Amino acid sequence: MPHSVVLFYSASGALRAEKLLKGEGIGVKLIPIPRHLGSDCGICLRFDDSEETRVRKALEEGGVEIMRICEI
Amino acid sequence: MIYMDNAATSWPKPESVRQAMDDFMRNVGGNPGRSGHQLSIEAGRLIYEVREALAWLFGIDDPLRIIFTSNATEALNLVINGILHPGDHVITSSMEHNSVMRPLRALEEKGVELTIAACSPQGLLEPEEVDKAIRQNTKLIILNHASNVVGTLLPVAEVGELAHRQGVLFCVDAAQTAGAYPIDLEALSVDLLAFSGHKSLYGPQGTGGLCIRKGVESELEPLTRGGTGSYSEYEQQPDFLPDKYESGTANTVGLAGLGAGVRFVLSQGTTCLRAKEEALMRLLIEGLKNIPGVITYGSGDTRKQIAVISFNIRGLGPSEIAMQLEEEYHIMCRAGLHCAPITHKTIVTFPQGTVRLSPGYFTSQQDVEATVEAIWKIAKDVSKTEFPVADFKSSVSLSVGTNEDKRYANGKGD
Repeated sequence: MPHSVVLFYSASGALRAEKLLKGEGIGVKLIPIPRHLGSDCGICLRFDDSEETRVRKALEEGGVEIMRICEI
Repeated sequence: MIYMDNAATSWPKPESVRQAMDDFMRNVGGNPGRSGHQLSIEAGRLIYEVREALAWLFGIDDPLRIIFTSNATEALNLVINGILHPGDHVITSSMEHNSVMRPLRALEEKGVELTIAACSPQGLLEPEEVDKAIRQNTKLIILNHASNVVGTLLPVAEVGELAHRQGVLFCVDAAQTAGAYPIDLEALSVDLLAFSGHKSLYGPQGTGGLCIRKGVESELEPLTRGGTGSYSEYEQQPDFLPDKYESGTANTVGLAGLGAGVRFVLSQGTTCLRAKEEALMRLLIEGLKNIPGVITYGSGDTRKQIAVISFNIRGLGPSEIAMQLEEEYHIMCRAGLHCAPITHKTIVTFPQGTVRLSPGYFTSQQDVEATVEAIWKIAKDVSKTEFPVADFKSSVSLSVGTNEDKRYANGKGD
């Protein structure tokens, strides 16, 4: 299954999103940001591509600001 | 030993606070938000959960609007220095702590205009005093939620409403009330709430923070800048919360303790904690008022104050009273000016000060009775007149309130 990641402005944002998405029953995992996606030392949230619509909807409804979503 | 200095810092702390700190040191230990490995993520998650517990306690929907500082003083300095510029006008009250007065006095020298709304000698403030002080260039109103000297509550709901009607930012210093008195930021017109972590939130010393209403961050400059683990490719400070105001490695072990402290408060319920402290205060105030030669300060009405009271004994200095209480009765309290000279000027006890007693969650009815009895004996010894026989057993019972916040323990916050 191909994966995508959500990038956030802060690690705190990623942690908030993780809790929110897990609460919605969406399988997510916090991972280090892949090198090619950023020079930052932070974390991002990985999910199955098939869940993208649900992920976007849950984050929007939960008021979590995201930087962008990228395929990995 | 009887600890009556909970307004300085609560002691002892719940066992869960010590355990959470121990667990972090042994089993987590990573630097939050700095790396992608499990120990860093776990530390970040721990801090996020402290924000979440506090958000639940204060009625905030976005936990990231709570930022951590090393104490309430740092949060207040951030607000005062981050909002006010020369030419701006700020209003405060005559019941403030030096954590507000000193940064304001320093800015006054740099051209910030300051008005101090006068409170009554009982420590009470009429909202009208603030209203009539508002000018065209008023940028900020900053008020103590409850006095650290006499415990009296200031009318933050009313002042918040009038501040917002006039487009002025409103900051509340909740160092003494956070955890001890219900605070609902959804209902109050408060833009910034500074809190202490080690008083009625039962965390360790070195913890505190600030709640920032959405949008206010655009007017609030950070006090410190540095590494945040985010936006590392930029040499400029990020402008989003909480990173804008949280540079450098956090006091994660302290926050682990604070998280356990806040969960303790939530499991008890602030209403219930407040009811217990109110009952202790009724006992204490009634007891002190019945002792000849004892002068008490404040409203004298437990509904208008938190669990802090000041007193003096005619013929003795505050530090002599405190020393006798410690040496002869093993009662720990605080004498002097309590870092609040302006408060003491207001209640007319400057410069000698008062003796302050502040019971807490772990104070028992027997502790309060023993304290009243000790003060009775000290007052009797110094008195040259006939002293009546006193009965120290009060009829006041420690009623328990409702436990509404218990839902946190089983619900959303878990």
